[in-house]
Amino acid sequence: MPAKSLLQAIHEGLAEEMRADESVMVLGEDVGHAGGVFRVTQGLQDEFGPERVMDTPLAESLIVGAAIGLSVNGMRPVAEIQFADFIPPAFDQIVNEAARFYYRSNGAWNVPITVRVPYGVVPGGALYHSQSVEAWFCNTPGLKVVAPSFPADAKGMLKSAVRDPNPVLFFEHKKAYRLIKEEIPEDDYSVPLDRAKVHRQGGDITVVSYGMTLHQVLEAAARISEEHGVEAEVVEPMSLYPLDRETILEAARKTGKFLVVSEANLTGSVSGEIAALVAREAFEWLDAPVMRLGAPDTPAAPFARPMMDFFVPSPEKIESAMLELARY
Amino acid sequence: MAQPVTMPQLGESVTEGTIARWLKAEGDEVQRDEPLCEVDTDKVSAELPSPLAGTLEKILISEGTTVDVGTEIALMAVAGEEESPNGESPPTEEFPAAGTEAQPVAAGGASRSAAVRDAGDGHSKVESAATLRRTRSSPVVRRLAAEHDIDIRQITGTGIEGRVTRKDIESYIAEREAAPAAPPEPETVEREPMERERVAVHEGDRVVELTSVRRAIAQRMSASKREAPHAWTMVEVDVTGLVGLRERVKEEFAGREGVKLTYLPFIVRAAVEGLKEHPVLNSVWDGDRIVLRKKVHVGVAVDLEDALIVPVVRDADELNILGLARKIDEVVRKARGGALTPDDVSGGTFTVNNPGALGSVVSTPIINHPQAAILSAEAIVKRPVVRDDAIAVRSMMNLEVSFDHRILDGGAALRFLNTVKKRLESYSPESRVVS
Repeated sequence: MPAKSLLQAIHEGLAEEMRADESVMVLGEDVGHAGGVFRVTQGLQDEFGPERVMDTPLAESLIVGAAIGLSVNGMRPVAEIQFADFIPPAFDQIVNEAARFYYRSNGAWNVPITVRVPYGVVPGGALYHSQSVEAWFCNTPGLKVVAPSFPADAKGMLKSAVRDPNPVLFFEHKKAYRLIKEEIPEDDYSVPLDRAKVHRQGGDITVVSYGMTLHQVLEAAARISEEHGVEAEVVEPMSLYPLDRETILEAARKTGKFLVVSEANLTGSVSGEIAALVAREAFEWLDAPVMRLGAPDTPAAPFARPMMDFFVPSPEKIESAMLELARY
Repeated sequence: MAQPVTMPQLGESVTEGTIARWLKAEGDEVQRDEPLCEVDTDKVSAELPSPLAGTLEKILISEGTTVDVGTEIALMAVAGEEESPNGESPPTEEFPAAGTEAQPVAAGGASRSAAVRDAGDGHSKVESAATLRRTRSSPVVRRLAAEHDIDIRQITGTGIEGRVTRKDIESYIAEREAAPAAPPEPETVEREPMERERVAVHEGDRVVELTSVRRAIAQRMSASKREAPHAWTMVEVDVTGLVGLRERVKEEFAGREGVKLTYLPFIVRAAVEGLKEHPVLNSVWDGDRIVLRKKVHVGVAVDLEDALIVPVVRDADELNILGLARKIDEVVRKARGGALTPDDVSGGTFTVNNPGALGSVVSTPIINHPQAAILSAEAIVKRPVVRDDAIAVRSMMNLEVSFDHRILDGGAALRFLNTVKKRLESYSPESRVVS
């Protein structure tokens, strides 16, 4: 099995679903002829034609609105929002229409769309190419919000998202696109949308994280195990909405010391919801205050590199938060 | 701004107090340190000085009610300026919304001061996070402590600021389970069960609720009788010489020292000498061993009409008759004035009971548990006794000891009694009391 990047894995997942099901199609800005700004859709228009791999105007409301219309007429569209920062024009379509169509029509129409959303801080991304906007959608019943961080999971979850009868927001950390590689099973497999994943077993502290910070948490966990003998249980939520409460709570109760790390602005973040869940449901097991690490309440993200580095939870900050929790 | 006044801790190991009497009424102006109410705790009553100056706004705990230390008992409206909250810095987070650049959070203002917790002083302060970390630790540690009946203060904590962590308590439990069964904790005060059959109350009967002192006496006497197998013995002491001595010097002594000379200092002095010679009577039963106390702290039973209280004369072996007379006079005055502190009534290693002052000629006292023994000195009465095969009229006193038969036997008790007896009989009217 060759190692593949997150980007390649998502590309493969899309291509395989389009080959398997004629109703699966892709639409978005520069996804066709150009193959997408990140090259996720490269070659798809050549293989499946311009009607199934459709370039759209720079109008996110239209992209999602058209996907909704297509979906209730039998298609399974995968809409790409070029950068998560550009999603606000589509907010009304996602929150007021896609999320509630099934409910509003008393079950007559469901909206099987997938909205791919590249997010997260990258060097030079600055204000319009850096944000982590997942929390905006994680209090909207009717949506599923997922954020896989590893290539194999991303491929399997993308397939599940395409096949799911509900609107799924599929968050892809763009810094991880080419950085994170792993071997991917060659058979046709899928990964469920609603299961968190325990990446590492440990008895001292529990850390929940997703996106780039998950990778940094795993590296820090290996480091503090070797240098300090602290064993961290590391859990990736995979689905941000709804949360796999059982898996998260089991890991929290196991150690009684709980930390959530993400690079989103901390206040009102998904981390807050996870922390609240643990504070309520794992209270009798807690041996330390529930802790969170995230970005400060300033806009994502500063252009200047030192400021950007300060903005995101750095590997050093993550390690020191984990040690602080272990020593509490 | 109303601030709470809480039940203070009036001594080590005191966990609750009873409001005996409110000295101020709602609406009264109260100065700082002015007595606010009388509080009964185990064995002592004390006046609670007001921790705050202001108006007594509301009495939260009525007279006769017993509450835990730390419970809010009253609210005081504190006059004048509102203190700024200790250690609370205003929020500094800056939100980059238009028009709010570096906007400070509105300073002062009623809304903010209403929202912050009172600053108060020691009496009304919420316990600090550091204290709570040490004494309560965390939810899981509290749960494990409750499940295994552990006082977490016994465990050495390895967490932040000495906090007991889950691992600390888990290894403590593992060690405890691995170790052979520990001797049971020395029995402390036992509570009467809440549910009990009531005595029938008939017309005209008066029902008196227990004061905390009465309850403490009841609990301690029951615990002592239940725990310690009591044995008792008595000797007769011819104190004719001592009586003559006291008659000779008492007026001069009172004039010179300002303290009435009673028989009690002589009895305590003799008892102390007896304890020095027979230290087993100055000891404590400890399950599988006996602890012989080096210090000699003698409790002196004082009758208060509605209660018995036992203030302690510390290091009684370092005091002569004059020193004992002064010290006993002082603690008796304090006891009668209700001014004893918890420290004044704790730490005794032996007790001298003096029912003779009330005319008793024989008594079988209950040991002041967990002490080993208690000495009772009875009334001095003139009796015809045989001396050198002739009948003589002598001043006689019965001297008894009740002792914990686990610790010592009748032989040791009588050897002690005879030492005391010999010492008391050695006085003559010509003895020098004090230099």
